[in-house]
Amino acid sequence: MKPADPTEERLGWLLCSPAVLAMLVVTAYPILYAVWLSLFRYDLRFPQERAFVGLANYAGVLTSPVWWESLANTAVITLGSVSLELVLGMGLALVMHRVLFLRRSVRAAVLVPYAVITVVAALAWKFAFDPVTGFVNPWLGVEHAWLTERWSAFVVIILTEVWKTTPFMALLLLAGLTLVPQDLLDAARVDGANAVQRFFRVTLPLMTNTLLVALLFRTLDAFRIFDTVYVQTRGAQGTETVSIVGYHALVTRLNLGLGSAVSVLIFACVVAIAVLFVRGFGASFSAQESGEDGQ
Amino acid sequence: MIGTGTTARARRPRPASQSLAMLLLALIVGLGGCDGGAPAVPALNWYVFDEPSGAFAEAARRCAEQSDGAYRVVLQPLPADADRQREQLVRRLAAGDSAIDLIGMDVIWTPELAAAGWILPWPQDLAQRARAGRIQATVDSASWEDRLWAAPFTTNTQLLWYRTDRVTTPPATWDAMIRQAEALGADGSIQAQGARYEGLTVLFVSLLASAGGSVLNADGSEPALPEEPTRRALAVMRRLARSPATPPGLAGAREDQARLAFEAGGAAFMVNYTYVWPSARANAPAVARHMHWARWPAVAPGRPSRVAIGGINLGVGAYTEHPELALRAAACIAGAEHQRLAARRGGLPPTTAALYDDPAVRETFPFADLLRATLQDAVQRPRTPLYNDVSLAINRTLHPMANIDPERDAARLREAVARALHSRGLL
Repeated sequence: MKPADPTEERLGWLLCSPAVLAMLVVTAYPILYAVWLSLFRYDLRFPQERAFVGLANYAGVLTSPVWWESLANTAVITLGSVSLELVLGMGLALVMHRVLFLRRSVRAAVLVPYAVITVVAALAWKFAFDPVTGFVNPWLGVEHAWLTERWSAFVVIILTEVWKTTPFMALLLLAGLTLVPQDLLDAARVDGANAVQRFFRVTLPLMTNTLLVALLFRTLDAFRIFDTVYVQTRGAQGTETVSIVGYHALVTRLNLGLGSAVSVLIFACVVAIAVLFVRGFGASFSAQESGEDGQ
Repeated sequence: MIGTGTTARARRPRPASQSLAMLLLALIVGLGGCDGGAPAVPALNWYVFDEPSGAFAEAARRCAEQSDGAYRVVLQPLPADADRQREQLVRRLAAGDSAIDLIGMDVIWTPELAAAGWILPWPQDLAQRARAGRIQATVDSASWEDRLWAAPFTTNTQLLWYRTDRVTTPPATWDAMIRQAEALGADGSIQAQGARYEGLTVLFVSLLASAGGSVLNADGSEPALPEEPTRRALAVMRRLARSPATPPGLAGAREDQARLAFEAGGAAFMVNYTYVWPSARANAPAVARHMHWARWPAVAPGRPSRVAIGGINLGVGAYTEHPELALRAAACIAGAEHQRLAARRGGLPPTTAALYDDPAVRETFPFADLLRATLQDAVQRPRTPLYNDVSLAINRTLHPMANIDPERDAARLREAVARALHSRGLL
């Protein structure tokens, strides 16, 4: 990298110290406090019974089938929604990139679902798939109570997620598309490459970094899914995600120790995903894109 | 505001900022004067679900009037769903919020709020008066460890609703009902609550009690779940969920889905709370003409059903600045006169037994005698400060009902309830 100039480096640290301080206060402190709480038996209803229990809460969570089931559910939703979003988002990005007329209107229209609040979107799709009030059953000519069975409930949840966040994916990919030099594409065309070849041989390889960053962002986001599931099934029919498990322990059962252990484990999963992307797939944040990844 | 005003003045004394600061100061002092002046009337915040008819607001207004300026009551509406009401309240109570004076408590919260020290016990004399004339089950629902923690206000329980044009004599047991419904074919569906939520716990607790069992032992420390009654209750749930007479949406059905389906006319039977009666008369008069009621079905022939009791009791927040006034207000609002008002206007059944003979109340509840008899035999949902955990354990283990295997799930249920009682692991 660049040769380090001590004064410049010091200035650099000085300049980013307010941001570092802010991050420490709003991010590091709550995380460390959650780690601390997770080592205690601590029920908000019986504060006098608070006691240090070491890793017992983690043992309780990790030996529970509820945790592993919810982790598998979260994985299904994450993989399902992110892969669909990638394909559809790429399609939308290409449309937005290549569109010849009404360019701004098209781009604005694509972004509309992303502007809808998640809870509203989740409710709207819940009603759409409702056997009594919904339009999906009549359109498909079926009679199915979608949210009362596991796999069809997953379909509804994943579709809602895809509908809602594909625009975000498309926007990230569009930024990548604009970085592909037109000269290269023209050169490939002169060499006789057709559109499909140009896309797979020129455009995609040049977008690897953007793709990985987009995937990382969406995977981290999808892994923490809460609102869609909470609104549509409340975690019933075996669709419970890790965030809902944490919510039940913390908010419903007021069990701060157990709930914090779940939160810390979710955090560990998120870190693992980020490390996997950065180390395993070599996603890198180039100078312009550098920033905080997930939480 | 004041902060920025004074620092501005300190730094650079300018007439404009000075006068602004003075104005703000005067305003604050003035407001303080209004608030802390001699004839100040303490405002009691009453946190209660957002009662749509306005009966609660009217009761609160009347009590404040009768108090002759001792207090006024400000309604703080909570969500309709009991889980979310509790969620909002417990976090504030755990933080020692002194703005919570009166609480419209769901009957299942009493042990939790009392054991955590979040509500005040009622002094002997007031408790004596609050118990007088009340249906015993409603008093039990407001008690914990031999003390009264709230005034029973309104109550509720489920009845069996059926169509007189399809059913001549209402079935006495669940088995008989399922048989009758299956014989009726397309018009014979049974509407019940099978979603994974509190309603499923209510169904199980009622079936178990009707079969002669209970979830917890006498002191609430360990699961009871005696073998034979538990198996019978689970067998009924399984049979109900797998019957062709049960609509396919059972695994997602709550009270309101059942009500709407009954009002749409496709059902012959429904187990549900009394609010379905005024609702059907208003929304579906054609159905209401043929709608009648009976005792909730029994599990064993000859042993009358015991149904879980619901309702709202009035408790006083432990951190209130006006405990005496709040107790007075709670006793007044829960009084017979206001129970009658809540019954007439809001359709909420009273807790005072004699009111079921009141002509006005009987007009609202033509099934008043049946309701009172059901309430007199009602069962409490498990009495433990960890009720929420226990309920979660029950409805998670038993959902969906169609997959219940009575042998296997009786053991799983005992294990899950034990884990909940000892706060062990996830549920």
